[in-house]
Amino acid sequence: MTVGIVAFPGTNCEQDVAYALESLGAKTVTVWHRESSLDGLDAVVLPGGFAHGDYLRTGAIARFSPIMAAVEKLAAEGRPVLGICNGFQILCEAGLLPGALIANRDLKFICRPAHLRVESTDSILTRAATIGQVLTIPLNSYEGNYVPGPEAPNAVLRYCDPDGNVTEAANPNGSAEGIAGIANGAGTVAGLMPHPERAIEDFMASTDGRVLLESFIASVEATPAGVASG
Amino acid sequence: MAETLHRQLGMTDDEFTAVNGILERPPADPELAMYSVMWSEHCSYKSSRVHLGGLPTDAPWVVVGPGENAGVVDIGDGWLAALRIESHNHPSFVEPYQGAATGVGGILRDIFTMGARPVGLWNQIRFGDLSDPHNRYLFNGVVAGIAGYGNAVGVPTLGGEVEFDPVYAGNPLVNVMCLGVLQEEQLVLGTAGPPGTVAVLLGAATGRDGIGGASVLASASFDEAAGAKRPSVQVGDPFEEKKLIEACLDLYDRRLVVGVQDLGAAGLSCAASEPAARAGVGMDLNLDAVHLREPDMTAPEMLMSESQERMMAFVAPDQVEEVLAVAARWEIEASVVGTVAGGDRLRVYHNGQQVVDVPAASLTDEAPILRRPIARPDWMDELWKRTDRQADVPIDVALLGLLDDPALGDRSWVYEQFDHMLFLNTVHGPGRDGSLIRVRGTSKGLAVSTDGNGRVCQLDPRRGAERLVYEAALNVAVVGARPLAVVDNLNFGNPEKPEVMWQFTEVLAGLGAACEALGVPIVGGNVSFYNETDGQDIYPTPVVGLLGMAEPIPSLPEPVTGGMSMLLIGPEQTDNLAGSAYQRVVRGALGGRPTRVDADQGGRTIEFAIRLTHVIHGAVLHDISQGGALMAAVELLIAGGVGAHAEFRSVEQAFGEDPHRFLCLVPANRKPEVEQLALEVGCRIEDIGMTGGSDLTIAGPETINIPLERLRDVWANAISARMHGAVHE
Repeated sequence: MTVGIVAFPGTNCEQDVAYALESLGAKTVTVWHRESSLDGLDAVVLPGGFAHGDYLRTGAIARFSPIMAAVEKLAAEGRPVLGICNGFQILCEAGLLPGALIANRDLKFICRPAHLRVESTDSILTRAATIGQVLTIPLNSYEGNYVPGPEAPNAVLRYCDPDGNVTEAANPNGSAEGIAGIANGAGTVAGLMPHPERAIEDFMASTDGRVLLESFIASVEATPAGVASG
Repeated sequence: MAETLHRQLGMTDDEFTAVNGILERPPADPELAMYSVMWSEHCSYKSSRVHLGGLPTDAPWVVVGPGENAGVVDIGDGWLAALRIESHNHPSFVEPYQGAATGVGGILRDIFTMGARPVGLWNQIRFGDLSDPHNRYLFNGVVAGIAGYGNAVGVPTLGGEVEFDPVYAGNPLVNVMCLGVLQEEQLVLGTAGPPGTVAVLLGAATGRDGIGGASVLASASFDEAAGAKRPSVQVGDPFEEKKLIEACLDLYDRRLVVGVQDLGAAGLSCAASEPAARAGVGMDLNLDAVHLREPDMTAPEMLMSESQERMMAFVAPDQVEEVLAVAARWEIEASVVGTVAGGDRLRVYHNGQQVVDVPAASLTDEAPILRRPIARPDWMDELWKRTDRQADVPIDVALLGLLDDPALGDRSWVYEQFDHMLFLNTVHGPGRDGSLIRVRGTSKGLAVSTDGNGRVCQLDPRRGAERLVYEAALNVAVVGARPLAVVDNLNFGNPEKPEVMWQFTEVLAGLGAACEALGVPIVGGNVSFYNETDGQDIYPTPVVGLLGMAEPIPSLPEPVTGGMSMLLIGPEQTDNLAGSAYQRVVRGALGGRPTRVDADQGGRTIEFAIRLTHVIHGAVLHDISQGGALMAAVELLIAGGVGAHAEFRSVEQAFGEDPHRFLCLVPANRKPEVEQLALEVGCRIEDIGMTGGSDLTIAGPETINIPLERLRDVWANAISARMHGAVHE
């Protein structure tokens, strides 16, 4: 089982995500954005950073990178596709997830831990968690303010206070309904703004990122080879 | 005609005469352009050089000392650390966002030029009072610029300091430090290599931005027309820099470069002449091959351009193709622009014609050395005598005033705009005394603290500088690290004034003495003069960046809870408040002579702090600096959300800032262990109270009670409430 981690020029969290997934037992390989195939890989992560400098609009250039056709193919096969932060923005821009991410309410970059409430366990990101569980995971973004499309998204994580209440005061960036992470209808493509790889060891803000990354790894293992291929 | 040109370029008549002497003819315009930037104060250190020789720069672990792009020290087991600090004061005043952003870009290039991956950034920023909207605009812009560049380039910003004082209103200070880590065999130097070596220009295209930044901006004072200098500010592109970092590190991994020089101040002029001078060779530079942003640039413009995100790699001829392929892989531009030549001449060609023919080393080594007059200011004695005791207020009123001060209150408004977690190595990030990051693959941690205090240095530049070194050393000691090396950023006023040169030499004497006493070498530095606006000089503001190493990384401090003994460690506070935050916030007028460092006691305190972190697991340590012991205690209580009962017998005991002292909090039953250790090291220890409850109770001349909640609210709003709302201009 091998997870591909896509690096665009300007991506900067690819090594962190590889380190985190490998420390939890997964095998990873970094894939440059000019590649056009993900053949042989069982899942893919689009990590955080500033793909193509985030110029024009976050993800606007990255969605045209050659690798994105392969990401779309993998998603169509029902294999796990996860976007973290900038990766979430790219998945939205590519139409693999609904909605968009715009500048934070206060027009400031935010780097600090946020509390998240698990809303659904029906996704590659949350299957090992429990509904209502409160996780503490660092946020690190300027464009983290989620705006849904015409239909209500499948929200899997919401910003909340330490006790799990989703309130406006606990919403760091103005996201609609406090949404921090979503999935597609089948739960196989997921994206979130906070960085689970930044919460995996004792000296970090928490170790709550593990349950999300373990969910992802378990989902990869649970997706039989050759599923829906074609 | 040329006479007017040299003055326009910021050169004196004497310097122009010297150029004529070196060339034995009048210089052509492109030659004059090169001398003007290379001989500028910013590049040549002409006012400071004669004084810098006396600093302690040697230690067995120093691999590269001052003079290269960055200092490099051996941290053991085949690993090296590279460090450097630099100012971007003037550009940040003219255009705060881009000025600060390009300051970050420049310091990063100094680090990865050495072969190191940049792993952390620290910024030291100083502004005028936030009640003035222009200062809020500058502060907001500088923080946004550091965030915009540092976050996007993918290097975490791990700490720094922020200060506010009216003296910086006309001349804010923006210093940035960077730390890099590399393995021994990856070290690269800024040398051109033997004749035949090929010069490859990597990265961004050369444009007209930043022309004369070193001479026009950085080496002159400001007046009302400062805004007209905006075209001299460079514009940063962190995306280009990110690609450049990865491309260069890839080139080093493949052993494809002989030497590398970044293009910062003085651009191509510097990147061609410095590596040639270091290698004792000549260079042929072909401007027609330089990739340009604007097609019709003149030779002087190309030679002076300070376009960002460019590097010059020196490559063996048979490896050029491979270097160009690596550049293409990382999607950066690359041009073969020159060849190392025998002899000592730097020759530049443009439109097929030779336009420059000068001795390469004359640009770097023969820059004028000035021995500027030095005189102790006649106002020093008056300043020392001024100790106003009239305006004291009750301790609780003073404490609330200090907590509400933007330099002392919660600084998370600043550092939460910076990515401080990237690379997953941040053990202690911003908001702590010293930052600490792990070096993966080893059991080592690297700690950094950056410290400045212009007010104390104004009152006594020598004592002030000594105190900064001890403060920085203690800051890394309280996170478990032993001091290893120092870089300094020396921010001063106009060096043409004898009093400023006196402050400068006094600061150097203090830095040298303190580093000598602690056995810590100075491995690099930066001098920024002409920090003056309309004749008003800033306080002498040296900033010390100190690197320490912890091995192993000690266990994390426990959360602050009830039932902990509050122990004050270090010499007894004297009745001296000179230069303190209390004097600034409560009394107003600056005056008195600050307490000097006690090298013996200071050394013991630092040693004790290191031992404590490694021996008493979970102990909470916090350096005492601005705001004194009471402020240090309140910061810990706010972090833990718990009150305390503490004793402070006087204003001086509460708010005095005498050097090398710290607080240690441990569960009360572990106090004897700390006392035993203090006895072994020979440190004074004083029990000042016990944590618990939800109020802070201070027993002193009168007993005072304040809910912790109130202290926290005031502290939390110190910056954010002042910066709320629009600050755009």
